[in-house]
Amino acid sequence: MNAYVGTPTSRVDGRAKVTGAAKYAGEFAADGLLHGFVVVATIPRGRIARLDASEALKVKGVLDVLTHAHRPPLADKDEAWKDEVAPEEGSPFRPLYDDSIKFNGQPIALVVAEDWETAKFAATLVHVEYREEQAFATDLEAGRSKAIEVKQPLKPRGDAAKALAGAAVRHEADYVLPTEHHNPMELYASTVVWDGNGRLTVYDKTQGVQNVQKFLCSVFDKKVNDIRVLSPYVGGAFGSGLRPQYQVVLATLAALALKRSVRVVLTRQQMYGLGHRPATIERVGLGAKPEGTLNAVVHEATAVTSRYEDFARNDTGWAEQLYKSANSRYSHKLVRLDVSTPCDMRAPGAASGVCALECAMDELAVALKLDPIELRLKCYSDRDQSEDLPYTSKQLRECYARGAEAFGWSSRNPTPRAMRDGKELVGWGMATGVWEALQMPVAVRIVLTANGHAEVSCAASDIGTGTYTIVAQVAADTLGLPIENISVKLADSTLPQAPVEGGSWMAASSAHAVLGAAEDIRQDLARLARAMPSSPLAGVGAADVILVDGTIAKNGDKTRAISIADAMRHGKLERIEKQKLNHFAEDKSHARNTHSAVFAEVKVDEQLGVIRVTRIVSAVAAGRILNTKTGRSQIMGGVVWGIGMALHEETMIDHRFGRIMNANIAEYHIPVNADIRDIDVIFVEERDDHINRLGVKGLGEIGIVGVPAAIANAVYHATGKRIRRFPITLDKLLA
Amino acid sequence: MINFQYSRASDVADAILLLTAHPGAKLIAGGTNLIDLMKENVEEPSRLIDISRLPLRNIEETLDGGLRIGALVPNSDLAYDPLIEQRYPLLASAILAGASAQLRNMASVGGNLMQRTRCAYFYDTATPCNKRTPGSGCSAIDGLNRNHAILGTSTSCIATNPSDMSVALAALGALVHIAGPSGERTMALIDFHRLPDDTPHVDTNLEVGEIITAIELPPRGFARNYSYLKIRDRLSYAFALVSVAAALELDGNAIREARVALGGVAHKPWRSLEAETALRGQAATTEHFSRTADLLLQGAKAQAHNGFKIELARRAIVRTLMQAANATPQSQAHKKIA
Repeated sequence: MNAYVGTPTSRVDGRAKVTGAAKYAGEFAADGLLHGFVVVATIPRGRIARLDASEALKVKGVLDVLTHAHRPPLADKDEAWKDEVAPEEGSPFRPLYDDSIKFNGQPIALVVAEDWETAKFAATLVHVEYREEQAFATDLEAGRSKAIEVKQPLKPRGDAAKALAGAAVRHEADYVLPTEHHNPMELYASTVVWDGNGRLTVYDKTQGVQNVQKFLCSVFDKKVNDIRVLSPYVGGAFGSGLRPQYQVVLATLAALALKRSVRVVLTRQQMYGLGHRPATIERVGLGAKPEGTLNAVVHEATAVTSRYEDFARNDTGWAEQLYKSANSRYSHKLVRLDVSTPCDMRAPGAASGVCALECAMDELAVALKLDPIELRLKCYSDRDQSEDLPYTSKQLRECYARGAEAFGWSSRNPTPRAMRDGKELVGWGMATGVWEALQMPVAVRIVLTANGHAEVSCAASDIGTGTYTIVAQVAADTLGLPIENISVKLADSTLPQAPVEGGSWMAASSAHAVLGAAEDIRQDLARLARAMPSSPLAGVGAADVILVDGTIAKNGDKTRAISIADAMRHGKLERIEKQKLNHFAEDKSHARNTHSAVFAEVKVDEQLGVIRVTRIVSAVAAGRILNTKTGRSQIMGGVVWGIGMALHEETMIDHRFGRIMNANIAEYHIPVNADIRDIDVIFVEERDDHINRLGVKGLGEIGIVGVPAAIANAVYHATGKRIRRFPITLDKLLA
Repeated sequence: MINFQYSRASDVADAILLLTAHPGAKLIAGGTNLIDLMKENVEEPSRLIDISRLPLRNIEETLDGGLRIGALVPNSDLAYDPLIEQRYPLLASAILAGASAQLRNMASVGGNLMQRTRCAYFYDTATPCNKRTPGSGCSAIDGLNRNHAILGTSTSCIATNPSDMSVALAALGALVHIAGPSGERTMALIDFHRLPDDTPHVDTNLEVGEIITAIELPPRGFARNYSYLKIRDRLSYAFALVSVAAALELDGNAIREARVALGGVAHKPWRSLEAETALRGQAATTEHFSRTADLLLQGAKAQAHNGFKIELARRAIVRTLMQAANATPQSQAHKKIA
């Protein structure tokens, strides 16, 4: 189990991706393919009073304009529209369902034409009149007083309000984070191929093909075999593709209406009508004893949701994982506004909530005159306090130590504005990161053929994270084959079951499904080998047989071996096929988390306020790292996003119009190459014998958590200014 | 995007004829701004007149020792031209501070002068905008105006001109060569762009049927004491919050000639002859440069969200002039501010 696992194996799909051989949802062709262009609403709330498509229909090449008043049937029960990750509360959005407008950018018509340019032109000729019946609102801060509390899994401990009020040292503040959009590089797209008789093959940009398949079947009242969904490659999604997006409904609708194949690709601007990281106001209160131990933690988040669904994530509970306190209280409130429902975005909840918590901890450290690491070590919790459980593993202390050493933290002058480099103020800040180590039911099928080749297949998506590669690595190691002999098929709804790829659960989940199926193959091969005449494995129990170098061998004695090919030939088997659902032993006696310590250096031009993030060190403890190359890339991606969250990203809404005014990637700023300097990723060794057989935890989210706070804390250290409203732009420093 | 007709101009005269014959037509060269605006239905030309093949790609020396730059010279070619690098490094620096390498490869010099504001309301056809739809109102004045102008605004429009190149050209005293139905003429670059007043839909002083054929640089290049400093919300690939082009001729520490132009603060590159005149004969000190900033920013008016630009511009002017005086121009490759 170590030829490939744990090594920096290059992506098995890397060549296909960089040469263009990898096909994405909007690139699949079909005979007579039609193209749909979406018309979107330009008001945030109201009704369509009149929608006149007659001019558009006159354009040569236009086949139809689908609207709520002119379309094939759609399911009319909310249940039919609830996909596997839909919020529990609410009524999911139904595109082209009726005349109501629920958010700006909502699709209200689909122009279908022989080519995309014609559809796009005809879309400009669709005339819409609205009826605005009620006042609309899109401003979280203005609506804060109307927030409603949602159910919180964490129970209060002790009396946090009283403890906070009576604390010797107290810090309380609001941290305000704006709406953010995912902006994956690949645009949302679906190509629906009409296979005849109402059967469809759907190429969709999604993080879960089976989720989309079930959703389409229920929305369009189709049988399970009528619709097949594939998503072989995904050009980034980051949570925006967890729920089926509206373009797949529209493309399917058009295919059914016209009995032709249809492709719908959204524009970048239209993608701002999809989900988003909700704007939040994070109120954090920390009460400490004079020597620096915590006695009270209060964290109250107020977040945006839509009027039609209650979307809430765990913003507030993370102190339970990190910092000992006898008293704690957490609450999550929602303000229902005329926007589309928020959705998961990398480390949902934690990215925002831990940002606030870790800024607050930094402020408390200043108030206590303690080094920020020292404060965190004084409060360090070896147990998950809400459940009162130990962790399967928690090498966070080691993260602090290794990160601090690599960063050179010990030479930090704690006084703000004390460190300089010419005209720049230098700031060093740090923060803790934390995420869950989740695992989900995933099944994998392995077909081993006598030529020593194995095909591993699973419905899971690879959203760019490296799933193809780690599945190949684990299969190669467990089957004792070179990785070149492994082919991996993913993201086809007809393949063995998998949930959406998200939450950092797919690495551990898929790896253990591979492990299980490979075990079964090993057992079969052991039996075949022992059955051969004068077998060198005669009398060796199945538990002592391993697969290595293309052979079936006795563990610890490679001279007692038979080639897999020989054993299968002798057994007259061309192929061995095994399908296995992963199995994780139930363990209610441990908490499961990944952790990190993030260190940031910023340089701020003292006169002009221009901020440069010159160094980031991220020390991560996340169990066994299956692939140190793709794993490092995951963390680097998270760090880059964290830099953006700290300094750049903000969806700007003009609340007078309820419209997003920077719905493009020229004005919606994300970091560019010039904004990224040195990023040092350290994987702290973390052996975990409890979580699962391989000791794997997952890396998708942990890379971003803590990064914005580390940068904000560094900006404070550089300038003496505490900016609690993100992103930290230079005007806030000059104010 | 709407459907449109397409013609290819065979020469400058043909381009003028086509422009005159088709009132709804637009010229297209690199298309880096026009195509974006067409995709957003902000520009809806009935016809595109392709001038990209016209022979306007030369950079040649003029009799008086200046340079004449054809209107179709790509921004990249101009920035990396040895004559520009040696004699007008301020212009090279300003060009390299703008856009991305790919855009600079496509964008032409003439097109750069014609690029339109990045005001979000101008780009969004669902909101009122006097520049896009005269008389519909200005959404920015009471809206999101953090990026908007502080100088030369009107009650109709507070948009800014987004060009970096134009700011350097303004400082260098460039001329614009124009051909039109009634012949050729030249105009100082500083007079080329207009203030919004009550006609913000008219960006420039080009007349109907006119085409930019060249930019002319006077002999004075300020190659020793110059700097272009662009302050923005990320370290590259963003429009300026404030930018400053500074050019000095020094006699020891005494200023013989001074040019300062601002970007990101007005509907056009912003200069103050009073400020520049006041610097002549003075020593290159922070004190004098602060006075320059005061004069340049005279009459600056803050909107709800862009007041920071006034102080930012003040500091940036002093800093850029100091960079120029010290002959330590701002590097566009290294993001640390000199």
